[in-house]
Amino acid sequence: MATELETAAAAGHAAEAVGMPQLDFSTYPNQIFWLVVTLFAIYFVLSRIALPRIGAVLAERQGTISNDIAAAEELKLRAQEAERAYEKALADARAEAQRIVAETKAEIKADLDAATAKADAEIAARSAEAEKQIAEIRAGALESVSEVARATTADVIAAMGFRAESGAVDAAVDGKLKG
Amino acid sequence: MASEDATGGVNIDTMHQFMVRPLFGEGAVHWYTPTNVTLWMGIAVLCTVLLLVMGTRGRAIVPSRIQSVAELAYGFVYKMVEDVSGRDGLKYFPYIMSLFIFIVFANFLGLIPGAFTTTSHLAVTGTMALAVFIGVTVLGFVKHGASFLSLFWITAAPLALRPILAVIEVISYFVRPVSHSIRLMGNMMAGHAVMKVFAGFAGVLGVGAVFPVVAIGAIYALEFLVAFIQAYVFAILTCVYLRDALHPHH
Repeated sequence: MATELETAAAAGHAAEAVGMPQLDFSTYPNQIFWLVVTLFAIYFVLSRIALPRIGAVLAERQGTISNDIAAAEELKLRAQEAERAYEKALADARAEAQRIVAETKAEIKADLDAATAKADAEIAARSAEAEKQIAEIRAGALESVSEVARATTADVIAAMGFRAESGAVDAAVDGKLKG
Repeated sequence: MASEDATGGVNIDTMHQFMVRPLFGEGAVHWYTPTNVTLWMGIAVLCTVLLLVMGTRGRAIVPSRIQSVAELAYGFVYKMVEDVSGRDGLKYFPYIMSLFIFIVFANFLGLIPGAFTTTSHLAVTGTMALAVFIGVTVLGFVKHGASFLSLFWITAAPLALRPILAVIEVISYFVRPVSHSIRLMGNMMAGHAVMKVFAGFAGVLGVGAVFPVVAIGAIYALEFLVAFIQAYVFAILTCVYLRDALHPHH
């Protein structure tokens, strides 16, 4: 134990003899040599392997992220497009429906108009015919009246004991009827 | 390492942990001798490979935890270089990343009890600071020729003040590597030395050692922060110097 302490003390004194080890210039060439070796080794490892690799990984990650964002953007655009297409289809369908409604309405109206016109024509024709018949009947009636009047007149004259000329009776009756 | 002196006082050897020693056997430290510096720098390289190469082996789009940390470190330094030095400074990103990664690992590895902190030595931080200083200065002259000197001629100031400011600017420019290196080395050394002092107290106080132990815990947490911040500071100052070299006209 004692000898250990002594050697430790001796080592300490030896160190003290040179003061701060940092100022012991005899070790400088050694430290500088190994520092240069170390720095070259680290520089070699970094510049040849580590830094390009990490840089590539970071760039790749950046690329992946921006690709994903771009893909998301594109999908969003496509979704919007699909929505637009859907809305357009909907509008088209509406317009088509409206067109069909209008067309059908027009068709029905045309049919209706035709039917109305036909009915009107028929009605007109029938009423014309009816009028004609009425006129005929009226004419017939007048004729009958004059015939009856003539016959009656002739009969009355005959009954009174006269003999009348048929032509004179007709003329007298016609004249009375007209008058 | 506390040992009682012949005088009976407490002699806490805070500097012993910073000794550079050969890994195998005793003897002189030649420039090629594998030392504890070699060992801990090697471990730093190993950690770099583990984190930045093995950790990213999956090249996953959705990263694993280790890959996340590697990407975080990459993004952190990349953004720092871009923000401070500008886009044309990104060409030098691998150099700054190398420095940052080395310092971060050296600082954190130094926090392992019994470890050797390579960045607590002026030889190491000074070499790095000088490399940055010389590299940046050469780059400035290569890119801008003599007009790089306009860095010291502050056109925003009144004409009469400019020569005085130029002298100050030149001095501050040449002090840069000194502050750049001593800031890191001093922070690392001081933190470890303070912990050693408290550890020494704990060794001699017996039951009262609770207080130094708590203090060590607190300082350790602080040192954890400092280990990162100093690496960050070293890297961001390098970026600032780089910006001055790329855009010397204020």
